[in-house]
Amino acid sequence: MGAIVVPRVRAGRGSGRAAWFGAAVVALLLAVTLSVVVGANPMAPGTVLDTLFGGGSAESRFVVWDQRMPRTAAGVAVGAALGVAGALMQAFTRNPLADPGILGVNAGAAFFVAVGITFFGVTSPLGYVWLACAGALLLTGAVYAIGSAGGQAAGPVRLTVTGVAIGAVFAGLTTGLALTHPDAFDRMRGWSAGSLLERGFDVVLPVLPLVLVGLALALWAAPGLNSIALGPDVARSQGVNVRRIQIVVLAAVTLLAGSATAVAGPLVFVGLVVPHMVRWTLGTDQRRIVLGSMMLGPVLVLLSDVLGRVAVLPSEMPVGVVTAFVGAPVLILLVRRRSATAL
Amino acid sequence: MSSPTGPALDSTLGSPLQAGGLGVRYDRRSVIDDLDVVVPAGSFTVIIGPNACGKSTLLRALAGLLPAASGAVLLDGRDITSYSARDTARRLGLLPQGAVSPEGITVAELVARGRYAHQRLLRQWSAADEAAVTDALRVTNVADLATRPVDELSGGQRQRVWIAMVLAQQTPLILLDEPTTYLDIAHQIEVLNLLHDLNGHGRTIVAVLHDLNQAARYASNIIAMHDGRIVATGPPRTTITTDLVAEVFGLANVVISDPLTGTPLVVPTDTRRPHPVASGG
Amino acid sequence: MTDRAVTDRAVTDRAVAAGTGRPLDVGRRRVVVGIRGLTVVIGLRSALVGAAFFVATLGFVLLALTLGDFPLTPAEVVGVVTGQVHGLSSTVVLEWRLPRALAAVLFGAALAVAGGIFQTVTRNPLASPDIIGLANGSFTGMLVALLALGGSWPLLTAGSLIGGLLAAVLIYLLAYRGGLHGFRFIVVGIGISAMLASVNTWMLLRAELETALFASAWGAGTLNSVTAATAVPAGLCVVLLLALLPLVTPGIRQLDLGDDVASATGVAVGRARLAAITLAVCLVSVVTAVAGPIAFVALAAPQITRRLTRSPGIPLVTTGVVGGALLLGSDLIAQHVIPLTVPVGVVTVVLGGSYLVWLLIHESRRRA
Repeated sequence: MGAIVVPRVRAGRGSGRAAWFGAAVVALLLAVTLSVVVGANPMAPGTVLDTLFGGGSAESRFVVWDQRMPRTAAGVAVGAALGVAGALMQAFTRNPLADPGILGVNAGAAFFVAVGITFFGVTSPLGYVWLACAGALLLTGAVYAIGSAGGQAAGPVRLTVTGVAIGAVFAGLTTGLALTHPDAFDRMRGWSAGSLLERGFDVVLPVLPLVLVGLALALWAAPGLNSIALGPDVARSQGVNVRRIQIVVLAAVTLLAGSATAVAGPLVFVGLVVPHMVRWTLGTDQRRIVLGSMMLGPVLVLLSDVLGRVAVLPSEMPVGVVTAFVGAPVLILLVRRRSATAL
Repeated sequence: MSSPTGPALDSTLGSPLQAGGLGVRYDRRSVIDDLDVVVPAGSFTVIIGPNACGKSTLLRALAGLLPAASGAVLLDGRDITSYSARDTARRLGLLPQGAVSPEGITVAELVARGRYAHQRLLRQWSAADEAAVTDALRVTNVADLATRPVDELSGGQRQRVWIAMVLAQQTPLILLDEPTTYLDIAHQIEVLNLLHDLNGHGRTIVAVLHDLNQAARYASNIIAMHDGRIVATGPPRTTITTDLVAEVFGLANVVISDPLTGTPLVVPTDTRRPHPVASGG
Repeated sequence: MTDRAVTDRAVTDRAVAAGTGRPLDVGRRRVVVGIRGLTVVIGLRSALVGAAFFVATLGFVLLALTLGDFPLTPAEVVGVVTGQVHGLSSTVVLEWRLPRALAAVLFGAALAVAGGIFQTVTRNPLASPDIIGLANGSFTGMLVALLALGGSWPLLTAGSLIGGLLAAVLIYLLAYRGGLHGFRFIVVGIGISAMLASVNTWMLLRAELETALFASAWGAGTLNSVTAATAVPAGLCVVLLLALLPLVTPGIRQLDLGDDVASATGVAVGRARLAAITLAVCLVSVVTAVAGPIAFVALAAPQITRRLTRSPGIPLVTTGVVGGALLLGSDLIAQHVIPLTVPVGVVTVVLGGSYLVWLLIHESRRRA
């Protein structure tokens, strides 16, 4: 299942690739625009434009600047972070089913949030952010430490199994905690659906540096991942420091997935689906996959968020629920194409 | 004129394995088209040809692993698809490329897995099974490795274990897909000698080999393929000729007579030699 | 005599002549049990592990029957079972505790065997029946029955059964394209599973808090709702399905060697795989219908068994015994050790996961 299949590159020539990225930029701009313009409070695009440049009423300023802009910013950051984290995980484990969550990020974040709600009465998204971040980082660290127990660097398979095991343990503990404390359950079911509601700039800005560092590390490691895809021996003979790349990749995934989960709660499907879509239309060069995921991730998240805002008015469907409905059919359609490659 | 089984098929020929009008597709792409082939009973047939000419595909189709898009494969005179899986396995054994051994399995256990076709739900181990496995281990010279885990063996030893497994199946027909690739020369010759002995005891062997000269030396019947078609069949003496090698492999060559065995020996005519090393000054 | 018979005879004669007189040593202790030409091979270590876990299970059953709000002594329990003691003790044991304990053992066995089949057929130690959306589909079916149709117990069971099977069928249809290619099948399974999971999340969000709590408890996998009325038919189904196991086991064991070798040695690969997966799906569906999706038993039990028995494949019978012990033990912990009312699914996840982690650490220390 983790076999490498020599790909038939989709956009083989430079012009094809340029077209892809051009289309991706357009899609991204479109998604951002929609996210700012569309919402539960219907506003004319003219009003929105006005408000963006300093005009508009107090109400429109509130909606645009205190709700939609930070929400859009969160969507871009979360989408890019998850898309790239997913791409890195799949390349690193050479397993097309890997998503950032298997390192225990989601389980750790959820557990810490649950504990915070149950025993410390935390209720604000900002509070969740710090708890989730701490939980994600600590648990991933634990997974890596246990996966490397015995002195050897943790290989992808060991890491995956360890992550799944530890993640399951903490997921179970979280469920147990929630089911025995109805108040916590009520808040958790909102948080675990994955949502961008009420995520203000005060929530997004603190994790932005983490996301940026993670993206930088990802771009730095991407060429090395191309070589590693050919096998660690071939990679070493090409001058790639395999051990270093692995550590950098894991650090990047932790930062990216941890930040994203901290802001929006667990949005698992994004990290799984976006790299696949990029890979099947753009080929297997990791540099392009990382860049492509950075652009396509926000598109998926923002479009899902917009859909969630208007699909069940007057209430809102959380973005985590919508991403599965948007992403899954695309994934299934893509995999039914004859030329879908394994990795 | 084209009957479903093709003009070349004659179930009274006595050939244990033949195909007529055979077509095999891989994902809409036709790899083999309208191919007729007869494997003579008791022969050591070797299929040769350049990379991607369809040798492996033909072998797998003959073994019943790949469905025939057109035409048919006859095993012992009947369409191969008319046999049950177990019946096919009692008449035909195949050693494919890329076999996977489960983690921790021992040599004897793996060889014993070859007895599947002879076993039943409530007949999981009999004296015949025991005898077959013991014999297979002895003939392939891995009897003293019987209790060792397969993962710990070298490539050459592991290949002999896989051949032992096929032998334990006790089939009159044995097909092998590149059994000597990845083996060093001594082990290659050892495997070929083993196949030769088995052939001498009455089994029909069909193997895909890369090495032309080994094929020429050991085979009693050569099938040369190019681009999904059979270009020539017959004993090595008549099939492995300068013209054929040039046509099929695109190699400038001359075919001489092996000084020891008299079988054809292919010698490339490219006359490059090692560059002279400049003497120190 | 045909050529083939000559060859066979020659081989057998040679072996007899060479006869060492000793039975073949395969490098692993095993017992060949046979009468009158019918023989069965039993791996010794595998059988010992199975026996040990079986004894543990018996001990757990005894504990399950004696512990509780109405404590009984072992003597009283034995008395009830043999029909000498009647009254409240009898009710407690025969109508409350025994069905639940037996259900735990059988359901655990069913899940473990299903997991073992999946991992063998997909050759992936992380495979579990959930990848084909069974757990999420069952939950969806149950939620629909609960929130839209009123939610009586037969309705919930039916909803869960239908939901799970519909999910499996949907995935099969979407993934089938001239054959069931493994990778496509798994990806479609993940897609459908994720969609169903989000539907479940949405329904849980919209429901009343109490209803959502109840549904989530079921969704975590619980034996709290198991009574004699539900346990007996489900238990019978499980027993019947497990009885079909020997028909499927030899074929999928051979699949361990790769599709080509399996086919070459006489396995009808496509059919064997389909039969095995269908059996696994049925086992999981029956359990999920009554107890909800109990996590991790299907994933962990086969791996635990394989490591303990050190066998090349997954010995399915032993795995079943281990699974039964695991689930019953977890239920005992959920009921009597943890002060709060926790669904057994939570305990299996925590226990199973922790044990797996311990095994991983232990393995790496041994290798280092």
